[in-house]
Formats: sequence, C-alpha cells, structure tokens
Amino acid sequence: MSLNVSNLTVHHGAICAVNQVSLAVPTGKLAAIIGSNGAGKTTLLRALSGLNKPTHGVVNWMGETITGTKPEKLVRLGISHVSEGKSVIPELTVKENLELGAIWRKDAKEMKESVDQVVSIFPRLGERISQRSDTLSGGERQMLAIGRAIMSKPKLLLLDEPSLGLAPLVVEQIFQTIRDLTTQMRLTVLLVEQNAMGALKIADLGIVLNLGKVVAVNHAQALIEDPAVRAAYLGY
Amino acid sequence: MQLLNTLLIGITAGSIYALMAIAFVLVWRSTRVVNFAQAGMALLSTYFGYEAVSRIGSFWVALPVAMIGGAIFAALVELILMRLLVKHASSGAIAGVAPIIATLGLLGVIRAVISMIWGGQDLRIVAPISNDGFTINGSTLVFSPLKLLILVVVVILLILLSILFQRTNLGLALRASAHAPEIARLSGVRVDAVRTLGWALAGAAGAVAGLFQTVNGNGTFSPDSIEFSLLLVSGFIAAVIGGLDSLLGAVLGGLFLGITISFVLMYVSSGLFFIAPFIVLLTVLFVRPQGIIGVKASRRA
Amino acid sequence: MLKKKHAHKEKKESTHLFLFILGGVLLYFLSGWVDELRVYQGASIAVYVIAISSIILLTGYSGQVSLGHGALMAVGAYAAAVLRIEYNLPIILCFVAAVLVAAIGGALLGAAAARLSGPYLAGTTLALAVGLPSLANQFTVLGGEQGLLFDVGFPPLALGEEFTQYKWFFWIAGLAALISLWTIRNLLNSAYGRAWKAGRANEVAAQLAGINTARSKVLAFTISAGIAGLAGALLAMTIGTVSPSAFPLALSFAVLTGAVLAGITTLGGVIVGAVVLVIIPEIADLIAHKLGSSESVITNLPGLIVSGLLILTVLFVPNGPVEQHRARKAKHEALLGSTH
Ligand SMILES: Nc1ncnc2c1ncn2[C@@H]1O[C@H](COP(=O)(O)OP(=O)(O)OP(=O)(O)O)[C@@H](O)[C@H]1O
Ligand SMILES: [Mg+2]
Repeated sequence: MSLNVSNLTVHHGAICAVNQVSLAVPTGKLAAIIGSNGAGKTTLLRALSGLNKPTHGVVNWMGETITGTKPEKLVRLGISHVSEGKSVIPELTVKENLELGAIWRKDAKEMKESVDQVVSIFPRLGERISQRSDTLSGGERQMLAIGRAIMSKPKLLLLDEPSLGLAPLVVEQIFQTIRDLTTQMRLTVLLVEQNAMGALKIADLGIVLNLGKVVAVNHAQALIEDPAVRAAYLGY
Repeated sequence: MQLLNTLLIGITAGSIYALMAIAFVLVWRSTRVVNFAQAGMALLSTYFGYEAVSRIGSFWVALPVAMIGGAIFAALVELILMRLLVKHASSGAIAGVAPIIATLGLLGVIRAVISMIWGGQDLRIVAPISNDGFTINGSTLVFSPLKLLILVVVVILLILLSILFQRTNLGLALRASAHAPEIARLSGVRVDAVRTLGWALAGAAGAVAGLFQTVNGNGTFSPDSIEFSLLLVSGFIAAVIGGLDSLLGAVLGGLFLGITISFVLMYVSSGLFFIAPFIVLLTVLFVRPQGIIGVKASRRA
Repeated sequence: MLKKKHAHKEKKESTHLFLFILGGVLLYFLSGWVDELRVYQGASIAVYVIAISSIILLTGYSGQVSLGHGALMAVGAYAAAVLRIEYNLPIILCFVAAVLVAAIGGALLGAAAARLSGPYLAGTTLALAVGLPSLANQFTVLGGEQGLLFDVGFPPLALGEEFTQYKWFFWIAGLAALISLWTIRNLLNSAYGRAWKAGRANEVAAQLAGINTARSKVLAFTISAGIAGLAGALLAMTIGTVSPSAFPLALSFAVLTGAVLAGITTLGGVIVGAVVLVIIPEIADLIAHKLGSSESVITNLPGLIVSGLLILTVLFVPNGPVEQHRARKAKHEALLGSTH
C-alpha cells in the first residue's frame, strides 16, 4: 500500500467535512472517489495535499507520515494535486504554466524534456504553447492543469473533478488519458468525480463518500453492479 | 524648446515615481498590502546611502549599498510585521484597515528612529555629475546631465527587472505567487519566501527612488523632508494609475504622472506643486477607475 | 408591548443625556482645581476627542478609511478664521461655519470616496492631506505660510476676574466635545447608524436589504468631515493661529492613531485615545530625562512611542482595549454560564 489514510478528520470551522475517513490505495492503482455535492471529496483531497490541516488522523505516504506537511514540500515527495476548477493561472502562458510544475526541480534541461513529454501527451497544448492560458477552451485548460501536475514527475496524482464543465466527448478523452497515464507512468491516482459512471469505468477501485464518511469501498466493477450505489450515484 | 524641456523634466521625475510605483506594486502583488511606509523605507535607505558616500566618497558605491540595505530592511519588515499582522489582525472591523494602520505606524517609527540616529537637520548627498542644464543653441535647459543619468540608470534597472520577471524561474515563481498563491504552492513554490523576496525587491527599488529624488532635488534630505511625502503620494498615485497590479502599468503610470505634473507646473501654476498629484489621481479615478492598463479587479476589492 | 419597548428606549436616551450633563458638571469643577497647564491639556484632549470620534464614526462604523482628516480640520479652521477676520462674526457662528464648510468638503470627497475602498481610499485621502494645506499659500486671504490669527476673544466678564483664557478654551472645547459625542451617539443608534454598520459588515447584503450604501457612505463622510472641521477650528483656537504647518500629515496620523488606541468601533474609548495622545509627550519626556538621553532622542521619543503603540495595538489588541475587555468579560461569563 503506498497511500494509507487512517481516521482522517477535517473541519471547516464548526463543520466536520471529513469524518474519520480511512482508506488505502496500492501503488499503481487508480481509485475513484464518488459522492454527492458537499460529501467532503474536495476537502479530503485538500487535506492529502496539505492545503487543509486535518484535526485528527494520520496520512501515510510510502511509509512516511505526512500529516500536516506543507503542499510545497509534498510536491517534492511526489504528490501532485490538480485542484477543483481549472487549476491554471490565466495570467501566465501555457508554457509558463507547465514550467511552473517543474520549477522546484531547478534543472533547465529536465524542464524542457518534461514540457516535450506533456506536449506529446496533449498535442493541443503544443499548438498553443506561447498563448496566454486564459485564451484556452475549458477542455484545454483541464489538459494544461493535468499537464502541470505531470511536470513535477508525481507518483501520487490527486485529481479533483477533471470532467467539470466539459463536453461528453472531451470527458471521455480526458478519462482515457488519465487511465493511460496511470498505467504508463505507474502512478497512484485518486480521482474525485461527479461523473461517477465514467470514473468507475476507468478505476481499479471505488470509494463512496457520504456526509464526510466512507460508506463503501470495493472494486470499481463491483460498485458499478451494486444496486445501492447504482440507485444513489449512477442514476439507474 | 520649452515644450521639450518640460517633457524631459517630466520624464525624469516620472521615472523616479515609476520606481516608487514599482515598489508599491511589488508589495501589493506579494502580500495584497499597500505599504504606506514605503517612503519611510526609501528615506532610511537614503541614509544608508549617505553613510556609504561619506565613508567611501562614491555615489556609485552608495547606490548598491542603499539598495541592499533597503532590501534587507524590507525583508525583515515582511518577516516580522506582516506575518504577525496576518496572524493577529485578520478578522473583525479592523481587518480592512489593519495593514494600512500598521504600515503608517511603521512610517512613524522609521522617521522617529532616523531622527534619533542622524538628527533632524538637513544632510547632503552630492550628485555624481552636474545638475546644470544642457545648453543648446545658446539657451539653457533645465534638463541636465544628472537628469539624463537618472533616466539611463532607471531604464537599465527596469530592463533588469523585466528580465528577472519574464526570463527566470524566480520571476515565474514571483508571478505565480502573485496571481494564484495556492496553485503556486501546489507546484512546489515556497510562497512565503517569495513574498519576502517581493518585499526585498520593493525595498531596493524604493532605495533607488529615494537617492535619485534627493539628488534630483537640491541634494538635501531630512527626516521631515516634504520630498519624501511627495514621493509616497506620487508613487502611490502612479501605481494606482497603472492598476496597482502591473509592473508595466507602474512604469507608464509614473511617466504619465511625471509628465502631467511637469506641464501643469509649467503652463498653469507652479504653486500647484503639492495639490497637482491629488487632482491627477481624482481625475484618473473618475475617468478610468480601472487604471490605464485595464485590469479587471475593481478598486472596491 | 410595543409601547413598553418604546418607553424603554426613551429612558435609555435620557440616561445618556443625563450622563453627558453629569460629565459636563464634573469637568466644570475639575477645571477649577487643576493648574493652567492641565487646563490647557484638557482643552487639547477635548479637541482630540472630537477629532477621534469623527474617525470612529467614519472608519469604525461606515468602514471607510481616511488619512486626510487633518486636511478637513484645516478646512474648518480656515473657514472659522476667515469669517472671524473678514466679517467679525460671533465666535459661535464661526464654529458653526467651520462645521458646515468642512462638511461640504467632506461631501465632495465622500462622493469620490464612495467609489473607492480600502487602500485606494486611504491613498487618495493621503494625497489630499499632503496637498491641501499647501494650497493656503496660493490665496492671500488665507495668509500664506504665516497663516491667519484666530482669536476667540476674552472670556465674558460675568465669569469673574479669575477666569483665565485657557479655562475659557477648555470650556468651549469641552462643551463642543460633549455636544459632538452626544450627537454621534444618537446618530449611531439611529437608522443611519444601523445602515452604516450593515454596509460595513456586508455591502451586498445591505444593498439587498434596501439600503442605499453609496448614499449612506457619503453621508457618513459628510458628517465625519463636519465634526473634523469643528475639531480643526477648536485646535486653531487653542493655538491662536491657522497656518499650513498647524495641519501636517502627522496630525492626520495622530488622529487615526487615537482612534485605533480608542478601539476603532468603540465611541466610549475616545477619551482613552485622546488622553494617550496628549500625555505621551509628557511621559516620553520623563523617560528620556531619566535615561539622560540626548536632545534628538528627547524630541523624537513621543513620535516613536505613538507609532510603536499604534503597531502594537493593531497587532495585539486590534479592536481596542475597551472592546477587548468587553469580549473577554463576555467570554468569561459564557464559560461561567456553561459550568452551571
Ligand atoms: N472553506 C470552507 N469553509 C466552510 N465550509 C466549507 C469550506 N469548504 C467546504 N466546506 C463545507 O464542507 C463540506 C464538504 O465540502 P467539499 O467541498 O469537500 O465537498 P465536495 O464533496 O467536494 O462537494 P462538490 O461535489 O460539490 O465539489 C460542505 O458542507 C461544505 O459546505
Ligand atoms: Mg468538490
């Protein structure tokens, strides 16, 4: 198990957004986290990447306890977080957004290689490399956000609703890319999604969150077939 | 001839305002604070420069000494005062005004400490070259070799600054932290350290503005010199004209302000010296509330 | 039920009035006991009380910052002095005029200010504070750098031979302070006061609740400026002249400092702020002499203390000592309540 979370609790003031969550994701696996609005998915990811401070619990990453570690440090340990909404900086160009992802490595040659690698994954970004990123379409921005995360050569990728606001065809494309990246780069991935069906289809395991608690964990395929999950989250 | 003369004087003064405006913008971008102590810090740096001149005798040593001194002081202010401020005074009725009040307090402390150390009297820094106007076709201009030199140095500094911001990783980190601190952190940027760096750069820019404002005037300065109040106001106005968030805007705002004031003093009345910046500011705020460089963020934010 | 509530409110109002009158009587006797210097300081305190309360109304209640109240004080002072010299108006009318003229200036500034906020407003008013006093040099009627004499005249003979000039200053300023505080208190408790508070807490919500926040802000600026104008005229009275140098940037800062020390939202704290501003030079003097410091340290220690105090207050008692105390007491009581 590369990621181990036990009894994690996170508060926003008086609101308990994540309540005693325990989960484990093996190396190289893609875990989908689904749940209704306000279930605490975003908060959970933010706690894992160090943006929110947990009140209780332990996060263990590759044998090391990382609870409460700052995000800028966690990046160096291989944890990359693509936050909710299109997580790009509109004032910077596409290239600069990508370079930002590798900025802490301070190696110009490696940075250039990584840019080339991302461009080979998302050729559309290559065509727009020196445009300001606020000129990109929603789908392109999401590619850029994921690209930026890949630039830091992560081992654990935290993705928060990459399908948000995208056309069905683009969603399918993004999901496929995420699946391919997981396999090719041997990434461990936590994928938070409202599009439960799409996410579970590409995932190895699924985690259902409700009101801050884990209510189901299983193989993704098993969850798809679970009648309760179907009724609550898949809509049929 | 007089037209050209007025224009050149305006550009020189404007380039000094531009440096000051850059200091405001750098601080605003890194901590979302308008630093009303900026002129006090520039004044302190000018005293550092004065010490260097009186020991070593060269203006060209004094300039970097003042810059480094100003940068270190500004960094310390960020590290100590600003971080405490974020920790203690970020809620309640005071939150909106706390940074304004804290930096004003700092201005007072700096002035008082300077007066205690160096006394209240005028000190003098001798300009590196002559401030006597050029003579063209028998008529003497106000524009002088010194003013030309100031202009050249400011332009060089601006080029260096833009290289830093546009061409280096550090510049990328500075820009990313300014626009989206959270994404910057998720990308591994140590945003806290970058903030301190932003203040340090501002301190250095303010130091140059302080030294040049002094030698471009009559060469004297004191803790209470009105020149520095004017520098504070003009720098702020130039930054606001430029939109407060844009370095290019700060430069254009400084030049615009310098030239406008120069023309007002020459063609309307020289008695408007102190009130002219205020009138320019009000006009700009009414005509183009978003600044010359169109930024989306409103002034009500 | 409704009637009862109304009666209760009226009772509260009259208690306030009673308190203010009691305060006046106390001050009256006090001024008879202490020496001349104290009386003069008392007058200064009264002036600061008025100036600080104008800031508290503006910043603490309507949420607008002004670094330019020194300039508005200058406007009031010049208005009073010009009318006194040119038309020999009775002194009371001069003060009324100071209020009105400064209020008009404040209304103009407030109209601009309503479009600005936070640091923009602070910077704009700062530019005014730097620029406006120097404008006096432009008009001969304003007396240039020397300024104008402002003489309120001798105390009426009816008050007796013993009645000194300083005591007369103190009486005028003290009365003005009581009237100002009483007016502000009532304003803050009125619908206007609630509108200001609502606008400060959440402008959008206030607008949705049907409050014209822009107009309410301009009104706050106008009233605050009028009060500042009164403070300016009274300040000129105690100095005896009106000149640009009497209204430096430092005055604007001092008044703001006083307001922060008082607690920016607590009108009751004004006296604390004003007293601190007036006695700090004395304390500083004491300290400096004890330490046997040099001349330059002695002259600048008050400035250092005031500014240092300003920073420390913002950092550690951001809402003022009075409010802090109240909050702590409330918390304490809540704790006690929960244990029962
Ligand atoms: N910054 C915050 N301050 C206060 N409460 C918050 C904050 N962020 C989230 N919450 C609350 O915490 C709970 C969980 O929110 P969270 O954003 O984690 O949900 P989510 O599962 O990501 O929802 P969605 O699918 O809508 O994105 C919600 O009740 C939300 O209102
Ligand atoms: Mg979410």
